[in-house]
Amino acid sequence: MINFLLQVWKTEKEKDIFDMENVNKKKLFRFTTIGSVDNGKSTLIGRLLHDSKAIYADQYEQLKNNQNSWQTEEINLAYLTDGLKREREEGITIDVAYRYFSTPRRKFVIVDSPGHIEYTRNMITGSSNANAALILIDAQKGLDEQTKRHTIISSLLKIGHIVVCINKMDKVKYQKGVFEKIRKEYEEFTSKLNFSDVRFVPISALKGDNVVIKSGNMPWYQGPTLMYLLESMYFSSDRDLVNCRFPIQSVREKEGRKYISGTIAGGVFKNGDKIMVLPLMKITMIKNIFLYNKNIQEAFPPMSITMELADALNVRRGMIIARPNNIPVGSKILDAMLCWFDDRGILLKNKKYILFSGSKKVFCKVKEIFYKININTLHRDFEYDIIQANDIARVKLMIEDIIFYDSFYINKNTGSFILINPETNNTVAAVMMR
Amino acid sequence: MNYILDYLEELEAEAIYILREVYEQFENSCLMFSGGKDSIVLIHLAKKAFYPTKIPFKILHIDSGHNFHEIIEFREKLIKNENLDLIVASVEDYARINDYSEKEFPDRNRLQIPVLLDIIKKENFDAAIGGGRRDEEKARAKERVFSHRNIRGQWDPENQRPELWNIYNGNKKEKEHFRIFPLSNWTELDIWHYIKKERIEIPAIYFSHKRKVIITNGIILAASDYSVNNYKVIEKKVRCRTVGDINTTGLWESEAKTIDDIIKEISVSGIGERGKRTDDKFSITSMEDRKRKGYF
Repeated sequence: MINFLLQVWKTEKEKDIFDMENVNKKKLFRFTTIGSVDNGKSTLIGRLLHDSKAIYADQYEQLKNNQNSWQTEEINLAYLTDGLKREREEGITIDVAYRYFSTPRRKFVIVDSPGHIEYTRNMITGSSNANAALILIDAQKGLDEQTKRHTIISSLLKIGHIVVCINKMDKVKYQKGVFEKIRKEYEEFTSKLNFSDVRFVPISALKGDNVVIKSGNMPWYQGPTLMYLLESMYFSSDRDLVNCRFPIQSVREKEGRKYISGTIAGGVFKNGDKIMVLPLMKITMIKNIFLYNKNIQEAFPPMSITMELADALNVRRGMIIARPNNIPVGSKILDAMLCWFDDRGILLKNKKYILFSGSKKVFCKVKEIFYKININTLHRDFEYDIIQANDIARVKLMIEDIIFYDSFYINKNTGSFILINPETNNTVAAVMMR
Repeated sequence: MNYILDYLEELEAEAIYILREVYEQFENSCLMFSGGKDSIVLIHLAKKAFYPTKIPFKILHIDSGHNFHEIIEFREKLIKNENLDLIVASVEDYARINDYSEKEFPDRNRLQIPVLLDIIKKENFDAAIGGGRRDEEKARAKERVFSHRNIRGQWDPENQRPELWNIYNGNKKEKEHFRIFPLSNWTELDIWHYIKKERIEIPAIYFSHKRKVIITNGIILAASDYSVNNYKVIEKKVRCRTVGDINTTGLWESEAKTIDDIIKEISVSGIGERGKRTDDKFSITSMEDRKRKGYF
């Protein structure tokens, strides 16, 4: 069996051996798949990996060995992604899993998030770095609460691109009417939300229709396959190239020179630019930008670089460099959306938490909870008792020391924070500045 | 200028950010070095991350004692050239002290766990950076970049901290530690393309060479002191795809003499790189079980 598979693999794979010269122009594309197992999410991932030949024959064998009801045509591809013992035992996805595959044009990172309501935090986690979200709808069932919840969370997390896969088309005899009805319903639902780009593809993950290969079963569908969409979707304009932001991650000294390292969070910094260091409010110039030992002229997100400044300022980790005429907001009182993660404790008003941006840590307290969001309807719920795990709320935070930030909806990098419980050290909430 | 990084540049930027974060969030970190390509890439990335200052991590080698001699020679050269601080923790010594009786193909994989945990405790390391990648294995695919270990060095996969955006929470209590995986989002192919792009030197055993081998259960193993007497030794043209214990690391028949050859070969091989590691073959959960106990 394995030899046969290897043979198929080799001939198929040799056809599209990528062009060695082109490989370095390839872009990284991260997408999250959300939806319950019932909607066929793991099957879809398995299908993408299988049809793009990212599953190795030995993994395929392992899959077969661990399967009770093995049918050659319809293997349970979910086995490929449910990596923990308990997930396989209980047949559910508990935690975010990452899978990788490549095509000649892109390297893909799939962030596979569980769909159950009690795993909303994992969904948020998985979506945080995604360029696009794949939302699965079961053609037999249409829009359900989960679909709506996923869509709302994608919008809260500012994922610009949504691909709605209307799955299990094989179970509804590949009817156009079913697809169109769901599409219309979904469009009505999202009209209130801020998406720039929503696409619909009728698929059957199990049978492979319109996943990688164009389906012969749905001649009424003229659009691209899912794979083609993923390969061609334009996403580089999603970054903020306007507002220059360089959060200082690390400062090291050698022979009297100060090396300031970090990752560009926004805008394009150029050698010789006039900049301001916050919260010092001091203005100076960029003397050098280094990428390893190379002196470069420009730096943009998400480059990890090292800077040298013209003046010897007292710069430290947690400070932020911007242009003097365009600086982030500085405040001790923050208005933010908060997703509570901790299932061992509820959000407590006036308790000390650590607000962490990646390099800046400050103590903070939640002073006010304005409302809770009903993540099935997007309604504001002013009458709530507590904020517990998987709840999303709008809050007012009071911080011990002034911090500089942007609205999450302008710059994800400088607008995102986590809350840490100082007693348990756990990450208890995600915070997005309004 | 379109201000877009290609995927290798983006993976590099992410790994460098993570390495700098380790330096800032922890007091005493080590970088786990196996002599394999992933840990060599890690050292290269660390060099880039901290230039022009020195790599601020100690280099930790958990030495199984069952080595390919090429690896040890390579290690010595690298340590000298890059002026690194090396710590070697010996599984051989541990086995002797604890009177561990070994089977025909002594598998020292599990024995590495207590040795690793002991040295972390002894040296007071609060973070250990490893070359693990999520594409290697399903349990790894579930692991965080900053992966918490309790006071006994154990991983609790069901209670991992959510890891969002590029914010890594390394807060911990005394005597707990973190395992850090900067290469989480890299695949085997990415590693090779990066080695090629950056012209990183790697041990000769990754390239096709003639070697005395034995064959057992269809897997080609290098003839070592442990096997040479009981098996028929033949000569074959082989190469390593991963580097581990000489008694459990299967070799691949290969003609690949250059990095391009290797890239071509693994693109069509159809078998995962750990496919010939007998240490992973016990059961579907063997990696999860080992990781829970403190494995790399």
